[in-house]
Amino acid sequence: MTGGSKKTFRAVAVFLAILALGVGVLPPLIRSMKLGLDLRGGVHIVVEAKDTADHQVTDEDMEALRRVMSSRVDELGLAEPLIQREGSRRLIIELAGINDPEEAVKVIGKTALLEFKTADGQVVVSGKDLRDAKAIIDQQTNEPMVTLKFNDEGTKKFAEVTAELVKQYSLNDPRRHIGIYLDNELLTNPVVREAIPNGEAVISGGFADFKEAADLAALLRGGALPVPVEIEERRAVGPTLGQDSLLKSRNAIVVGLIAIALFMLIVYRLPGLVADFSLIVYAVIVLAALWALKATLTLPGIAGLLLSVSMAVDANIIIYERLKEELRNGKTLRAAVEAGFTRAFATIFDSNTTTVLAAVVLYFLGSGTIRGFAVTLVLGIAASMFTAITLTRFLLRLLVNIPAFQDVRLYGVRREPSVEAEG
Amino acid sequence: MDFVGKRKLWYFLSILVIIPGIIAMATHRPPLNLGIDFTGGNLLQVKFEQPVETSQVREALKEFNLEQASIQTAGPNEFLLRTPVLTEEESTRMLDSLKEKFGNLDIKRNERVGAVIGAELTRKGLYALALATVLMVIYIGFRFEFLFGIAAVVALLHDVLVTVGLFALFRWEVNSAFVAAILTIIGYSINDTIVIFDRIRENLRLRKKESLEELVNKSIAQSLTRCINTVTTVVMALLALLILGGDTTKFFALTLLIGTVSGTYSSIFTASPLWIDLRNLTQGRRRTARAKVRRATSP
Repeated sequence: MTGGSKKTFRAVAVFLAILALGVGVLPPLIRSMKLGLDLRGGVHIVVEAKDTADHQVTDEDMEALRRVMSSRVDELGLAEPLIQREGSRRLIIELAGINDPEEAVKVIGKTALLEFKTADGQVVVSGKDLRDAKAIIDQQTNEPMVTLKFNDEGTKKFAEVTAELVKQYSLNDPRRHIGIYLDNELLTNPVVREAIPNGEAVISGGFADFKEAADLAALLRGGALPVPVEIEERRAVGPTLGQDSLLKSRNAIVVGLIAIALFMLIVYRLPGLVADFSLIVYAVIVLAALWALKATLTLPGIAGLLLSVSMAVDANIIIYERLKEELRNGKTLRAAVEAGFTRAFATIFDSNTTTVLAAVVLYFLGSGTIRGFAVTLVLGIAASMFTAITLTRFLLRLLVNIPAFQDVRLYGVRREPSVEAEG
Repeated sequence: MDFVGKRKLWYFLSILVIIPGIIAMATHRPPLNLGIDFTGGNLLQVKFEQPVETSQVREALKEFNLEQASIQTAGPNEFLLRTPVLTEEESTRMLDSLKEKFGNLDIKRNERVGAVIGAELTRKGLYALALATVLMVIYIGFRFEFLFGIAAVVALLHDVLVTVGLFALFRWEVNSAFVAAILTIIGYSINDTIVIFDRIRENLRLRKKESLEELVNKSIAQSLTRCINTVTTVVMALLALLILGGDTTKFFALTLLIGTVSGTYSSIFTASPLWIDLRNLTQGRRRTARAKVRRATSP
């Protein structure tokens, strides 16, 4: 084996390895990407807790709210629901891949605000004071009823008010009642027979059967919101639109990538081919990073990826233009490759840093899908710095040492083979 | 090609494109066709199983005092309805009434953005623009020199004005993705400008006797192939997205397309010539100041 064919063998092995990596790793990576709501249908809901006249939303309220929302979402039986807090009084709920987004919004949006009010409309206790609710059958009357247990604060308030009512009004006085309201709808309006100091109350009468009582208890247990909430934002994408978007953007990406790859090959010849192989590694790195970060791929995210491919190609274009220039100036092939990379590095670094600055600002000030776009753009640029500079240089060095690849016409320059042969 | 010598012509061309957009923004209230992301409101995309006409939908919305709502066709028997903010209840009632009148329908999108969130997005978008610009001027000032930073930012504002102006002129809808697109354009435009500035910086170091105009012309010519090739790949990717992508990405791709083409133009025809003008301006002033000092001190 001569030195030349050994080098050829090595180069072919490396290029084949990259091809194998692309064929073997890319399809499963693409399949395992987590897709955003806009690509597979789903709902994005922003719930905001509201202050009332006598209660400011606290951190505990938000935690309680999050728990309630979790249990409601669990009812829907979804694989990967996302519930996260944003700011001091908002919750973001994202449910991907559901068939009926409208139904999901209804379940999430149930207000289920439980309030105990006196006849003059004063709120005694509310859902946040409730510790437990259970449906039972009253042993004496055989009627279904719901027993409630309040927390310490609720017990105290309930004890005070019931004691006051018992002291002030006679048993027949309508003002001696405490109304139980769910979402401002009167459920039952029982009379306060005696002061209730232990924080236990009973809702009885008005239930058709045990199931109705059990439903109410379940709603109160898991559903009574600590504070009033409103849905500030909701975006529901039906599964048909999601699939349509996914299919169309997939086609757009494939066509865009093929066009870019062909362009590089035609304009830059052999280095263009090297750039295309670098792009395969680039795609593996970016997708693997997104997968490792458990990032969700959204439509703007895909656009960001496509744009970062262009940025990666741009780095190669800058280097190759330099390479051609150095060749035209009479440098040998090997020297031209080295000079091309060294000179182009500062340009690529400065131009990419400014783009990253814009993307970082987007990340910190944007939300949701815009963030996804910023993440993919930054990841893409970082990966392209590696593949366009380090990897492309490695691959080109492999090639320029092979005699068969030393004709400068392969590098897009019209010039007779230079002094390379002698030197 | 004389990039620098004909700079008055290039400036004029830019102004010619930008002015109509500015007039459109000045004469319209609001200046841009703001989507529900900014104004708050509901957006409903529905597809009916049976043939339905726009006028029929408008008629049906009368019941809810929404006949002023924007109704747009999005395909056969498919409509995009934009209304002011509706409660869950109102929107359910509207949907039920549509179902009752026109039969089964597929809800493709049902979005609501509260007014508070809309206002926040506007504020954050403007912050992001301002912050990104300032950071980039600082970075360029640090890596190059201050005048390069100013010229780059003017070129960048040029691209933003061209893009926003065209959106104002054609009343294309502006949503939250538009903000992302504009910031990307800023990043791209600066990227492109810096590649040429970098060349000027390099040539300045090797400068012999040529004039500044010649030097900048040479630098642009040396970067030209790269600029054209790069923008070609970007345009190919974006055209694919514009032509083949779904409705939701179309305007995003269009925004980026306008911005990147404008970005390439401004890097070649705006930023570098402007840098010369700025440099002449400051140096000229310094020279006259020095001359004055000399005159004053000479006997």
